[in-house]
Amino acid sequence: MRVTVRLFARLRDLAGTGELTRDVPDASTVQMLWRSLTAEMPSLAEYERTMSVAVNAEYARMTAVVHDGDEVAFMPPVSGG
Amino acid sequence: MAQVAVTSEPLDVHALTREVARPKPDTSYADEDSVRLKPDTPSGGADGAIATFTGLVRDHNQGRQVRFLEYEAYVPLAVRALSLIVEEAQTAWPTVRLGIHHRIGRLDIGEASVIIAAASPHRADAFAACRYAIERVKQIVPIWKREHFEGGEVWLEGATADPDDEAAKQVAHRIACA
Repeated sequence: MRVTVRLFARLRDLAGTGELTRDVPDASTVQMLWRSLTAEMPSLAEYERTMSVAVNAEYARMTAVVHDGDEVAFMPPVSGG
Repeated sequence: MAQVAVTSEPLDVHALTREVARPKPDTSYADEDSVRLKPDTPSGGADGAIATFTGLVRDHNQGRQVRFLEYEAYVPLAVRALSLIVEEAQTAWPTVRLGIHHRIGRLDIGEASVIIAAASPHRADAFAACRYAIERVKQIVPIWKREHFEGGEVWLEGATADPDDEAAKQVAHRIACA
């Protein structure tokens, strides 16, 4: 199945893109998707402990299961205001 | 005009004030003509206070001379996070009506990046809800600023956003009620 990955701010800069699609096995979790991304782009890994994740524009946990067509976002610490 | 918004347009604190104010006076005891608002009257009478906060782009940060800021957001989630903050504030201060607008895109020095308005029958609740809202914006809203300064540029990073983090929520509440 296929998911859309969204990356923001410095994570986007590190990846060189803010949006990409990836094929993942059925019943994959956000964590498994993250692992495959960091295997591909090791520089992203520095955010493992500080980032937030969202599935379909709702905050989610790394243990969340992703489904075909989902949009999964990885976000560095925020700095609005 | 909505209670919460993430927009690339310049912010208008007066419009937001009108949004949160209770425009309709209680007409149960009077005929409508006698309680009609003047055009520039912010509220219909139930509010005793409107507290507003405007966050501005500052020309210096951590010893750097700032040229301008670029704000980026995950817009649909940012709007949801702002709505959550409004809900939290209305749970803590049930009489308050709160509005929050955040700007994104390129902002020059002196421009408003965020505006908050809190209307309430009493000033203490209006001030508290307004302060709570800006603290929560900095904690949980997926917006980032890229600082362009003399000699370079850098993404600023603050809090790891987690709306379920009760400790962070308590910190915001303590600051609001200090």
